[in-house]
Amino acid sequence: MKEKLEKIKEEALRQIEASEALDKLNDIRVAYLGKKGELTSVLKSMKDVAPEDRPKVGQMVNEARAVIEAKLEETKAALAKKAREEQMKLEVIDVTLPAKKNNVGHSHPNTMALEELERIFVGMGYEVVEGPEIEYDEYNFTKLNIPPNHPAKDEQDTFYINKDIVLRTQTSPVQARTMEKGKLPIRMISPGRVFRSDEVDATHSPSFHQVEGLVVDQGITFADLKGTLAEFARQLFGEDTKVKFRPHHFPFTEPSAEMDVSCFKCGGKGCRFCKGTGWIEILGCGMVHPHVFEMCGVDPEIYTGFAFGVGLERIALLKYEIDDMRLLYENDVRFLKQF
Amino acid sequence: MNTALSWIKAYVPDLDVTAQQYTDAMTLSGTKVEGYTCLDKNLEKIVVGQIQKIEPHPDATKLVVCQVDIGGRTIQIVTGAPNVKEGQKVPVVLDGGKVAGGHDGGPMPENGIAIKKGKLRGVESDGMMCSIEELGSSRDFYPDAPELGIYILPDDTPVGADAVEVLGLHDVVFEYEITSNRVDCYSVVGIAREAAATFDKPFYPPQVTATGNGEDIHDYLKVTVEDTDLCPRYCARMVKNIRLAPSPQWMQRRLAASGIRPINNIVDITNYVMEEYGQPMHAFDYDLLGGHEIVVKCAKDGDVFQTLDGQERKLDHTVLMINDGEKEVGIAGIMGGENSKITDDVKTMVFEAACFDGTNIRLSAKKIGLRTDASGKFEKGLDPNNAEAAINRACQLIEELGAGEVVGGIIDIYTHKKTEKRIPFDPAGINALLGTEIDEETMLGYFKKLDLGFDAETREIIAPTFRQDLERPCDIAEEVARFYGYDNIPTTLPSGEATMGGLPYELRVENAAREIAQFCGFSQSMTYSFESPKVYDKLLIPADSRLREAVEISNPLGEDFSIMRTTPLNGMLTSLSTNYNRRNKNVRLYELANVYLPKALPLTELPDERRQFVLGAYGDVDFFDMKGVVEEFFDKAGMTKKVHYDPKAGRPYLHPGRQADILYGGVTVGYLGELHPDVADNYKIGEKTYLAVLDMPSIVPFTTFDRKYDGIARYPAVTRDISMVVPKEILAGQIEDMIVQRGGRILEAYKLFDIYEGAQILAGYKSMAYSITFRAKDHTLEEKEVSDVMKKILHGLGSMGIKLRE
Repeated sequence: MKEKLEKIKEEALRQIEASEALDKLNDIRVAYLGKKGELTSVLKSMKDVAPEDRPKVGQMVNEARAVIEAKLEETKAALAKKAREEQMKLEVIDVTLPAKKNNVGHSHPNTMALEELERIFVGMGYEVVEGPEIEYDEYNFTKLNIPPNHPAKDEQDTFYINKDIVLRTQTSPVQARTMEKGKLPIRMISPGRVFRSDEVDATHSPSFHQVEGLVVDQGITFADLKGTLAEFARQLFGEDTKVKFRPHHFPFTEPSAEMDVSCFKCGGKGCRFCKGTGWIEILGCGMVHPHVFEMCGVDPEIYTGFAFGVGLERIALLKYEIDDMRLLYENDVRFLKQF
Repeated sequence: MNTALSWIKAYVPDLDVTAQQYTDAMTLSGTKVEGYTCLDKNLEKIVVGQIQKIEPHPDATKLVVCQVDIGGRTIQIVTGAPNVKEGQKVPVVLDGGKVAGGHDGGPMPENGIAIKKGKLRGVESDGMMCSIEELGSSRDFYPDAPELGIYILPDDTPVGADAVEVLGLHDVVFEYEITSNRVDCYSVVGIAREAAATFDKPFYPPQVTATGNGEDIHDYLKVTVEDTDLCPRYCARMVKNIRLAPSPQWMQRRLAASGIRPINNIVDITNYVMEEYGQPMHAFDYDLLGGHEIVVKCAKDGDVFQTLDGQERKLDHTVLMINDGEKEVGIAGIMGGENSKITDDVKTMVFEAACFDGTNIRLSAKKIGLRTDASGKFEKGLDPNNAEAAINRACQLIEELGAGEVVGGIIDIYTHKKTEKRIPFDPAGINALLGTEIDEETMLGYFKKLDLGFDAETREIIAPTFRQDLERPCDIAEEVARFYGYDNIPTTLPSGEATMGGLPYELRVENAAREIAQFCGFSQSMTYSFESPKVYDKLLIPADSRLREAVEISNPLGEDFSIMRTTPLNGMLTSLSTNYNRRNKNVRLYELANVYLPKALPLTELPDERRQFVLGAYGDVDFFDMKGVVEEFFDKAGMTKKVHYDPKAGRPYLHPGRQADILYGGVTVGYLGELHPDVADNYKIGEKTYLAVLDMPSIVPFTTFDRKYDGIARYPAVTRDISMVVPKEILAGQIEDMIVQRGGRILEAYKLFDIYEGAQILAGYKSMAYSITFRAKDHTLEEKEVSDVMKKILHGLGSMGIKLRE
């Protein structure tokens, strides 16, 4: 009996060993362990075994069964693994075939530049405020210390609707409107569209965008103006950016300045980009003129403040190295897709 | 304004700086130097030579062979110049030297032209004699140069000397950008004063000495100023026995460097003083002044006057005129008249140096359409105290140059005296504004350099009349700042109360719109706010439409930019058209564009500016893609109610059967549709084009970025599919409204999954199939609940003439 069992076991293990497919394993399981399998038939022939030997034989059968089952499982796992590996070999793809994209749209470069400016100034606690593009002459000029008949009105090449209403030439009127509301202190930037009667060419457009900034509080100094704008330049153009302030004149600020930044293309050594000077003119700024405060209802004896104005297109053209302003208003998708 | 460094140095003799140092320092102290030109650029090894002998060239009829003494030795030069003679002194560039340009005066090469010895038609030539063009200048500035040929130097020029020096070309011309407030710096004297202060060198302004013979001008001329408001000061002096001649070289050189062509001594002196003092002057021929009289008064409406350039000018009663006893002889401050101008026959003349009202001159110049150097200066508002100094300076130069005999005395009608301004000096206030700690002594030192006075008793700064930009303490602070150096002011950040930054709510909604548009493949465009009134025709907008009531610009750049848009469509369609024309495929654009809707015309108050969210596309896109973008945006903006679409929008620029108004919460918030094929033709877009326009001010009130978690359904849903035969004219939206209305609280969703028109369906009907999902939040639905609701829905649909399919 023992030999018989041993033989069945050996034969089963050999067959399992030799099988190369999962269904074959199943056949083996049926052949040995199934209802009509060989081991099962041994159990069925138990009645021919002496009763005292039955437990022993039963144990031997169970042991043989366990060994065969273990081997079956082990081989099954190995075969399954092998089959999956074979399958994956068949599934190899060319990963360099084209990507499937959603064809997401792109922001206008002006908007990208504006978002950078907003990120910087909102981070410094500035509020973004908008105002009307068709504006009263009084807000665009008079309240900004540009009285009627002031030559600056000609310099700015104003579009007039009538004698009292203009297309705003700057976003500064939003400053006047904000000051008039009387909520102090003020830290604001005002982005928006402005208009000046320049013919369209590579560097001019009758309609462009400005971002004006205004800070009004007690004890605001020219040093604060310098510090704020230097920080702005570093955040916009990089940590190593240096700034230079040159005296200038604007009717609504005194003292006034223009700010240059070290050329971010050549680092200040001088190149085609900065016309060899190492510097690029970026913005105008200054301390709010006390007369502007007076006209907007802020007491210049208590408050001081600074203001600045940046041309958005100028930043966009510089930062993204766009060589013709007309591209910004043509909206050719081959241009827009680069941003 | 352009000025030679040598002219500045005439008043600041100790100035010893390079062109770049000068540029940097002047710019940082507030006199911006835009650039400079070195007049001796590319002029190397050029000396004065004297032609000893001229012989014909053996092999060329147009060439000659010259022996030229260049000081110490003689060299042989072959030239083709027609004007050389033995004994003449000429500029000679030696072997290995350089000249700036070619003899034809064409554009000058960046690195000049190198000159080497060589053979010309077989004859040795050791250098080149130079024309004025080769020396980098022109006959405009060296009127004594011949039209063709070598520049001939004066006989007394030393042989072997540096010819560039002799010609005054070792000089630098600086170009300044003067700010409009610094009227005093539109003059050489003004800039020199700034230069002296910037480099801390002594300043020696011109010393004007007394001039004139023993006669009195009052015996010759009478001046009356009728309109003293427009002419606060009028100075006149006279010169007789005029001897017209070229002005001396030094004056010609300085004028030339300033970009002014030398003419003759009288004209040159007038221009020279205008540059030097910033005071325009005018000269009248005394013999042409009727009644030997000058009257300053305004023109009469309808007057026509011929200016000295021969043009007829139309005048009105606001234009100030210079008259003689009988007629108009000049437009004050702008241009003199043909009838009194100085000619070569002039014997006696009247010099005028006046101060006119800047605004009036500016407006008159604009009205007449004639802006001159003089009007450009007057319109800035000149210092009347400068007029007398300038006219005396001119007379001094007349005497020095021997250009005539100056008549004694001056007629000076000075009605509105300008006095010095006094401004309180508050060093602590200045430091508080600048964020500095500059001591009082240092500040006073700056003022002294600038010729600002200080009254120690009242502690006031006394601003001279030429500094009319100084009015308030902040102006004084700027003077301190620019000489202390903007660079030296510390760099700090504002202290004080922290403020909350952020975007206004409307911009947050716009950002959501942009995010969705871009996610859906639309790129952002920007177009002009102004356009042509013709766009209304292109868009098929009827003549009586309110959209045609646009704000008009009174001084537009042209008709194409003359009205403020009332619809954003033209901008979008123009951009799409540009792309189509450039063969770009599948283009999707969006814009956030303002339209300007007047409340009434003509405009008395500001128009309503409404931000429009415009989407436009052609190519791989249809109506329902656009609708999808709109609804994605609404979802993003928290607009979760049902959106309604009214097909009876009646928008003339859209396809009549493929358009809808978009309604939300009962409000029309926008529209969408396919572009009308006629409009597409007008814009030359050859593909079906789709548009959606949302009026942001109507949308914003419905938006919210608040979100509340609503739980994830725990009980199972029950789905019922219904298949219907629907009369063709019934819209899906109507069916859905009915499903929503009757579905009640357990209705979760519905979805159209099939729509069909064709053979198996009765004519006039279509087949539609919806899948309707029900779910309760708090229990598993029972069959009866669902069938009750379904019954209601079917009943409702039945009442619309809809039948269930068999």
